[in-house]
Amino acid sequence: MSLDISFIGILIGSIMASSVPLILAASGELITERSGVLNLGVEGMMIIGAISGFALMVITDNLFIAIVGSMLSGVIISLIFGFLTQSLLTNHVATGLALTIFGIGLSAMLGKNFVGIPGKEFPILFSSLRESIPFFGPILFGHSIVLYFAFALPFLTNYFLKKTKLGLVVRAVGDSPVSASNQGINVILVRYCCILYGGAMCGLAGAYLSLIYTPQWIENMTAGRGWIALALVVFATWSPIKVLIGALIFGGITILQLHMQAIGFRIPVQFLSALPYLMTIIVLVVISRDSRKIKLNTPTSLGRIFYKEK
Amino acid sequence: MYKNFFRYLISAIFLLGFSVNSNADFKVGFVYVGPTGDHGWTFQHHEGRNAVEAAGIKTTFVESVPEGADAERVIRQLAQSGHDLIFTTSFGYMDPTNKVAKDFPNVKFEHATGYKREHSNVSTYSARFYEGRTLLGHIAGKMTKTNTIGYIASFPIPEVIRGINAMTLAAQKVNPNIKTKIVWVFTWYDPGKEAEAAQALIDQGADVIMQHTDSTAPVQTAEKAGVWSFGQASDMQRFAPKSILTSIIDDWAPYYVERAIAARDGTWKQQDTWHGLKEGMVAMGPYNSAMGADLVKEVEQLQKDLASGKVHSFTGPIYDQKGNILVADGKVADDGMLAGMSVYVKGVEGDIPK
Repeated sequence: MSLDISFIGILIGSIMASSVPLILAASGELITERSGVLNLGVEGMMIIGAISGFALMVITDNLFIAIVGSMLSGVIISLIFGFLTQSLLTNHVATGLALTIFGIGLSAMLGKNFVGIPGKEFPILFSSLRESIPFFGPILFGHSIVLYFAFALPFLTNYFLKKTKLGLVVRAVGDSPVSASNQGINVILVRYCCILYGGAMCGLAGAYLSLIYTPQWIENMTAGRGWIALALVVFATWSPIKVLIGALIFGGITILQLHMQAIGFRIPVQFLSALPYLMTIIVLVVISRDSRKIKLNTPTSLGRIFYKEK
Repeated sequence: MYKNFFRYLISAIFLLGFSVNSNADFKVGFVYVGPTGDHGWTFQHHEGRNAVEAAGIKTTFVESVPEGADAERVIRQLAQSGHDLIFTTSFGYMDPTNKVAKDFPNVKFEHATGYKREHSNVSTYSARFYEGRTLLGHIAGKMTKTNTIGYIASFPIPEVIRGINAMTLAAQKVNPNIKTKIVWVFTWYDPGKEAEAAQALIDQGADVIMQHTDSTAPVQTAEKAGVWSFGQASDMQRFAPKSILTSIIDDWAPYYVERAIAARDGTWKQQDTWHGLKEGMVAMGPYNSAMGADLVKEVEQLQKDLASGKVHSFTGPIYDQKGNILVADGKVADDGMLAGMSVYVKGVEGDIPK
């Protein structure tokens, strides 16, 4: 094995690529949860995004339409969740689970005619720089535009929540919807927006899988990544930057354990396979020990139904 | 009101059960481990089912059935609902199939790739995929520049280990410096993970990628990285036209049609079928012209010799990793040994997960 510096660069590059769907979905869900809504339908929204993106790519042959369409499909399916939980006041957990089951079934049905069609190559940026600069080349360049967006997203989310008035509104709605409502904030509207935004990001995460990472459509191709994204949000104690760290650790250990196998480390393979889950939890628990900060970030009214008496 | 509702419900269930049981039509059921659209393992079984249907026999199928408790429920359901012959098409269905077969002596069961026939109504069948792996090994040994072959393995069962060994032996024969690097992904089907495994192997210096998993993700990753690859279970060429050298294709159709007709006509008997290149249950996809005319000719000859029995994939002397002799010089491995294979041959790196 060559453990030279350029190899490590390539390795970090592929770790980044593998954590993109987790970052996107978890960042979206984070905003939803900060507004006090627990949407367990991440997996369902992702898979709908994956099939919509791929189908639109095949039909229109236009990747831009495919990407935008996948986000729209995430918005549409999360609108169902929003309507049920916010307007009809159904239980968040049950509705979210139903959304996942519905999404997986619907995507399989929609996707019947798109199985076995090879995907299109997604354009990557700065591919010449990737080759010419050792170490930093494969890390910084030669990725799709979606990857750059995904890596900017946690910082944008952080800025949005901490420094903007709208972010304050979202947090207020998530912490104490009654007080927010008394201040004249339309709680239901804010929550609707946060749900739809979460849906859009999950749709994009799914499309990243079907259009960029493994360009094809196959049933159930998200393979549980939505659930990992959900867990990341909780273990990262609702902090966008920690979500990014968690996603990188998870993606990193997943890929490292495959490398360790290929190198031939004499460690039981089953243990290696469990390592990503273990390490992500350990690291996130260790870096989020500060209970004062956890209290600050946790949306107090998460998952509770809010309705305004008229 | 509720009382009435339940009364209706119960009578409806009875009626339903009755109508299914009284159906005298001969029916064949299929249980798949993946979706029919995986373009790999399950896809090929589904093609076989289509052939049975085309022969005028009614069929049903259940797809994406996890190996384990769910499988037994599904198989039992099929047996209860009047299916006369049931194909269970994954290794992990072995125990559930035998368990259900005990309770339904009049229903015939066919289990793919297993070895347990605990009741007289259970047959097993499999294909000698290792013959295909021998061809892949020969090609890989000739095509690799880094002398490193990357192998994405699913679960440590004899079927998979046999493939790794057959491939390694054939590659060693044409290229003594060959190294086989193996990554276990513990899934038959997870495109993302399979792609990551392929990428890890490529990053570790493998320039030929082989898979014993079902999705097309590894060949696409190989295509992107500009290394060689092989299609698994079905012809995956259009997913990676430059990278794929050939594919191992499973052709279940003739067997399924033959067995379905036998069961319908009452001539079905328990048996253990293990067909290969000779019978056509294992076929090879088109050879990539990038191999060069000489190598293509060589491989085609080897394919003929494997089919005729002139060459056997496991011809001695074969040693295990510690150097103990497995098959003596000049002998070939018998089917019993092949069916239970659980050690690596010399030249494979790493340990088999326990």
